Amino acid sequence: MTAMPKWADAVLVPLISLLIAFVISGLVIFAIGEDPIAAMKLMVSGALGSTYGWGYTLYYATNFIFTGLAVSIAFQAGLFNIGGEGQASIGGLGVALCCLYIPWPHWSLALMGAVVAAAVFGAAWAAIPAYLQAKRGSHIVITTIMFNFIASAVLVYVLVNVLRPTGSMDSSSARFDEVMHLPSLHDVLALVGIPFNNRNPANISLVIALVACVGVWILMWRTRLGYQLRAFGKSEKASVYAGINPVRITMYAMLLSGGLAGMMAVNTVMGEGQRLILNSVEGAGFIGIAVALMGRSHPVGVLLAAILFGFLYQGGAELALWTKIPRELIVVIQALVILFTGALDDMVRRPVERVFVMLQKGKT
Amino acid sequence: MTDTGHTGRQETAAPTDLPLAIELRGISKSFGSVQANKDISIKVAKGSIHGIIGENGAGKSTLMSILYGFYKADAGEIYIAGRLTPIPDSQSAIRAGIGMVFQHFKLVQNFTVLENVILGAEGGAMLRKAMAKARETLAALARDYELDVDPDAVVEDLSVGHQQRVEILKALYRQADILILDEPTGVLTPAEADQLFRILNGLRDQGKTVILITHKLREIMEITDTVSVMRRGQMTATVKTRDTSPEELAELMVGRKVLLAVEKQAAAPGAMVLEVENLRVRDEAGVERLKGISLTIRAGEILGIAGVAGNGQSELLEALAGIARGTGTVRLNGVEIALTASADGQSRRARGIAHVPEDRQHLGLIMDFTAWENVAFGYHHAPEYQHGLILMNNDAIRADTVSKMERYDVRPPIPTLAAKSFSGGNQQKIVVAREMDRNPDLLLVGQPTRGVDIGAIEFIHKQIVALRDTGKAVLLVSVELDEIMSLSDRIAVMFDGQIMGERDPATTNERELGLLMAGVAE
Repeated sequence: MTAMPKWADAVLVPLISLLIAFVISGLVIFAIGEDPIAAMKLMVSGALGSTYGWGYTLYYATNFIFTGLAVSIAFQAGLFNIGGEGQASIGGLGVALCCLYIPWPHWSLALMGAVVAAAVFGAAWAAIPAYLQAKRGSHIVITTIMFNFIASAVLVYVLVNVLRPTGSMDSSSARFDEVMHLPSLHDVLALVGIPFNNRNPANISLVIALVACVGVWILMWRTRLGYQLRAFGKSEKASVYAGINPVRITMYAMLLSGGLAGMMAVNTVMGEGQRLILNSVEGAGFIGIAVALMGRSHPVGVLLAAILFGFLYQGGAELALWTKIPRELIVVIQALVILFTGALDDMVRRPVERVFVMLQKGKT
Repeated sequence: MTDTGHTGRQETAAPTDLPLAIELRGISKSFGSVQANKDISIKVAKGSIHGIIGENGAGKSTLMSILYGFYKADAGEIYIAGRLTPIPDSQSAIRAGIGMVFQHFKLVQNFTVLENVILGAEGGAMLRKAMAKARETLAALARDYELDVDPDAVVEDLSVGHQQRVEILKALYRQADILILDEPTGVLTPAEADQLFRILNGLRDQGKTVILITHKLREIMEITDTVSVMRRGQMTATVKTRDTSPEELAELMVGRKVLLAVEKQAAAPGAMVLEVENLRVRDEAGVERLKGISLTIRAGEILGIAGVAGNGQSELLEALAGIARGTGTVRLNGVEIALTASADGQSRRARGIAHVPEDRQHLGLIMDFTAWENVAFGYHHAPEYQHGLILMNNDAIRADTVSKMERYDVRPPIPTLAAKSFSGGNQQKIVVAREMDRNPDLLLVGQPTRGVDIGAIEFIHKQIVALRDTGKAVLLVSVELDEIMSLSDRIAVMFDGQIMGERDPATTNERELGLLMAGVAE
């Protein structure tokens, strides 16, 4: 069954799925008595109509790129890392500790330090389920989910009992020093003369996310480690035949995955919050799963899917702000997109495949 | 590829005056763009044994699945005993009197024979009546057809041959008049196969119709009355067995003349390459699968391991190839190999052990990987495939793949094609090219020609003999006795994790080996 060209598999199928999701969303909006066309227009103009909207869209997208890449790497190695949420919050802890306790002289150094801290903390959090999977066979889906709850509890404890400034009633850390303020996307684009709104949270972390996309691509398709990860993901039995050590590869894959998930915190904690708060991840770890599914676990796909979900997040927020459409409906729309692009993928793929087979038969 | 289609001849082997059990008219079936069956018509006379022979992927199993209601034909009609009978599902097939014995038995392992026989035909909520009736029927069947099985034995305690009898009994209990057997002898010892053939002859004599699907020419010649040959989804000929010869059938199967025997010179054994002493391997459940194997192979020598599948051959290969752990002593060129490391394939390859695994689809290849990615598989640390410390030199691998594909006749020679898109034979050639091209001191080969078309079998056999002739040691594991007998310089027979004995292929015969395979020592 190789009748379908690559572009159709990578672009056409997701687009059709997306279209179906939007049509059904429109029907739901229509059913509750709102105008679906107007709602769509509002979403597009709110998320993409101004550089202010773009700023928010890209800020969310940055989060989803990191978590999407994290899920992708693990998935390529045949591991389903559901723990992006926990790894990102522990990554946030790493960023906060790095920014609060090290007197960085300049934001650029602080940024490098924070990236390393976020990655190390995230990877460490992923290492425990990885080890349990590799050595003891404890299923990684179960353990990573449970580690999300543990991470959340750890964060509450650390914020309330350790990082909270004395006298503060707020369960958050102190603000980071002014030196560690990251340049916003406005500042970055101003360097190349592109005007961009400066009242949005998009910041230089986006550049790091883009570099991460390139890095993951090189890793997966150009390095020996990536080759082994992919081989292991396709067939563990065959990998053992080839002399690829399952324990080692499981650890590598999950360390890389957890590290990338952790790096998301650079965007939220350092770029936007400038302090560590509870629940700074806001579900991005889970959205990463949808992003990776929709992006076919490929960095380019992840990038595009992350921007789409950034658009849904920002457009949805606008919708909730300006119409009577309840906030919950936004979740419904996002859920439909996830459902059709991820879970029900085959429903669209099969008929498309059949069409291509028919087209081919017509030619010969 | 040789030209297709023109060598076929259409004959009606079954004379029209005999009543027909089954007639297929113009059956076609395609899966996506693949045409598995193309306009197939067969007539099978009642009370005859009809063979269907063809290479893997020729469409035999698809055709039988249509007859048993698993697939729906795109076009064509099925006539049972002269009446047009649509078969939309297996229930209708059973009602039409068709029984199927699958290659992989569909038995509940921890049920008794009786329970398995009535499963799905209980005829009511309470079992007592059905059990009593089944017990009676089984006794009658045992009497009529020499099908003796203890009705109260638990299936997992039965030998493979007896389990197969239970499958046949299941079909007969459902009043099957037409029995289809799919590759029935693949799991049997030669003696068990003989017994099966006696049973089938008995069934025929009682007026039952038997359809035998196989890729073994010898079985066709031995037992069938008529035979249909399939090639690439088409029926190329239907002939009376007594009017044909194995050579003609092979030619009809492949579409060109085939050399059935392997040409090779006498072996000239040199220095000791592999010494195995008291090798023991336990599986994951802790069961000992290799119970103290000792063997040696010299340079320029092929040691064939014969045996019924599942008697420890796989474990032997895996222990030597560094896939499974084991205990005992293994020396390669006089230097001991550690058996304790897991996933130790890298160091084995570095020491000069190559391995063509038994299961190329799950072990030897990654089916979703391209051909060039598979050529680097296991050799991904090879210096010529590297580009600096961590990057791989994909261009070098692709260039190497092009060269290997040419020298090992892999078709189509497209390095970027996924492994799953190649035919079984060409997949195996990719594995063989990868493993043999590095000139290993010891080659481990498991089932080198399983699911491989006859043309590729010839080629792979030649490669194995050529490697031996350059002074390398070869350990050959195969369940095809013919293959073992024609390739090996020495034959060791395995049974239940032990070596029952060693024989010289020039002086031994199938009967002797068959007894050893069944665990009967001299």
